[in-house]
Amino acid sequence: MFATLLIAFIVGGLICVVGQLIMDLGKLTPAHTLSILVVLGSVLDGFNLYEPLIDFAGAGATIPITSFGNSLTHGALAEAEKHGWIGVLTGMFEVTSSGISAAIVFGMIGALIFHSKGQHP
Amino acid sequence: MDQGVIYFPSKPSIIASGVVGGPLEKKSVFAADFDLLLDDERAEEKSNEKGHKQMALQACQIALEKANIKERDVDFLMSGDLVNQMTPSNFLASTLGIPYLGLYSACATSISGAIVAALLTELGASKYALAGAASQHNSIERQFRYPVEYGGQKPGTAQWTVTAAGYALIAKGQMNSPVIEAATVGKSIDLQQTDPFHMGAAMAPAACDTITRHLKGRGQSLSDYDLIITGDLAKVGLPILQECLIKEGMAQQDVMKIRDAGAEFYGDDQTFLAGASGAGCSASVFFSTILKGLNEKKYERVLAVATGALLSPLTVQQNESIPCTAHAIEISMK
Amino acid sequence: MDAKQYDTLQQSLSPKPSIIKNCLKAFLVGGIICTIGQLITFFYMAYFNFTERTAGNPTVATMIFLAMLFTGFGLYKKLAQFAGAGSAVPVTGFGNAVISSAIEHKSEGYVLGVGGNIFKLAGSVIVFGVVSAFVVALVKLLLVTVGVTNW
Repeated sequence: MFATLLIAFIVGGLICVVGQLIMDLGKLTPAHTLSILVVLGSVLDGFNLYEPLIDFAGAGATIPITSFGNSLTHGALAEAEKHGWIGVLTGMFEVTSSGISAAIVFGMIGALIFHSKGQHP
Repeated sequence: MDQGVIYFPSKPSIIASGVVGGPLEKKSVFAADFDLLLDDERAEEKSNEKGHKQMALQACQIALEKANIKERDVDFLMSGDLVNQMTPSNFLASTLGIPYLGLYSACATSISGAIVAALLTELGASKYALAGAASQHNSIERQFRYPVEYGGQKPGTAQWTVTAAGYALIAKGQMNSPVIEAATVGKSIDLQQTDPFHMGAAMAPAACDTITRHLKGRGQSLSDYDLIITGDLAKVGLPILQECLIKEGMAQQDVMKIRDAGAEFYGDDQTFLAGASGAGCSASVFFSTILKGLNEKKYERVLAVATGALLSPLTVQQNESIPCTAHAIEISMK
Repeated sequence: MDAKQYDTLQQSLSPKPSIIKNCLKAFLVGGIICTIGQLITFFYMAYFNFTERTAGNPTVATMIFLAMLFTGFGLYKKLAQFAGAGSAVPVTGFGNAVISSAIEHKSEGYVLGVGGNIFKLAGSVIVFGVVSAFVVALVKLLLVTVGVTNW
């Protein structure tokens, strides 16, 4: 268990370092950086490389946003394998619904109960 | 006279001022000179924008109270802020019921308002005119950057938008009050700077141009002033301005005496990064501490230079550069 | 002074971000967030009927719930100023982008404000994720069909 945690820490941390390098060296906004990482995750899954990373690093690979690109591609590929061309479109959100639905639901709840507090840097 | 330099022979005077700050501004080194510090960032109002207007209203009312003047006696209101279409200023004007010119010079609005007020006074059209600007952190951040609660890392060159409002009451030439002797209207200067988190670098050339032009037009040098203070170049922008002025051939020991309201505003607190910015920054500091210094005869001649970055979120996303301006008034006290 | 000369002058007087320090901070915070994610995964596997693979979904949802609390109490932006990509890259950063937009636009009402702006910042991530997944899946399908590779 400790080894799994350590691997999650290291792999997750390294993916964040890649993000930091894109932001600092490329002088890009967080939105640009995250978009690049999502595309990266999606492409890695095209080469069947992301799932082995999840098997190795667990949450270290599922928590960074790259995993979102991976799940989208993974869903699309799985359906494409079964149903051909049509599956590319229909399978996309098969695996990855939880991130988006959780964000929408908690976003709404957050808006209901919280106010922004700019005065506390 | 040089391009854009104005001289006021009738010596319009700043007879009173009102400055209000937000709760965080209690930490400011200038806070002791502010008239009112709010406990609530929204001034007990429902939205940030309403709080923004309320804060500006309180500043105006304090200025009027100090001079013992009613709203209906004021001939003109010059106000501006950074919210879209300057709605806080528009609501402020509708509440006060004073003939109103909305002015936008970004963070240099405090001084552009004072220049127009001085001109109207000089012309004889205005007996009393209110001029000033305000900014409220939350409403400006969402306007120009991200939602307030969004976690984005800002570089060390970024500045913190203040929550503050400063308004000055300008009247016909009077003894015992600081007078606006001259002014210089800023050009919009664009040296192709593009980083919205590095406004000091974008604005410094505008301040340099205005200061140089003012001194040339008035036949003065830096040493004629007890104090030259810029608006919100902050800790990174001020040294850049000083370097630019040295390159213009000014004496180093005089250049190094130039101060900046944004650089000093929050002291050495690292959480505010390079320092303060926002239309309320120059307005609150110039119309509190600096006026007080003049009234107490600590300074005899001050050049107050408010700097403003004339960008919009749209132009930033379209990768346009950031044109900047700086307006200056020369205030003296006999 | 022309724009080029000025830029050289300006850069010589401006502090540079310390990339190594930023990367270390991103590594530390990003790593800790992923470790917390791993602990939550363990929890779902131990107490509910989830496997290593399926525990990912409830873990992500829980992390976004935590992001909501941190965002609402004004802590996420403080963490982000320290961590940079360390707090932006994990799914909690995606949650923070969505939730902060929702809270911010509450003043314009729940339909036009919250509903209309909730994906203001995070929308591009979804758009580029979907478009890229579409292209990748299409290319792979094509390659499999012509027999260059297999699934």
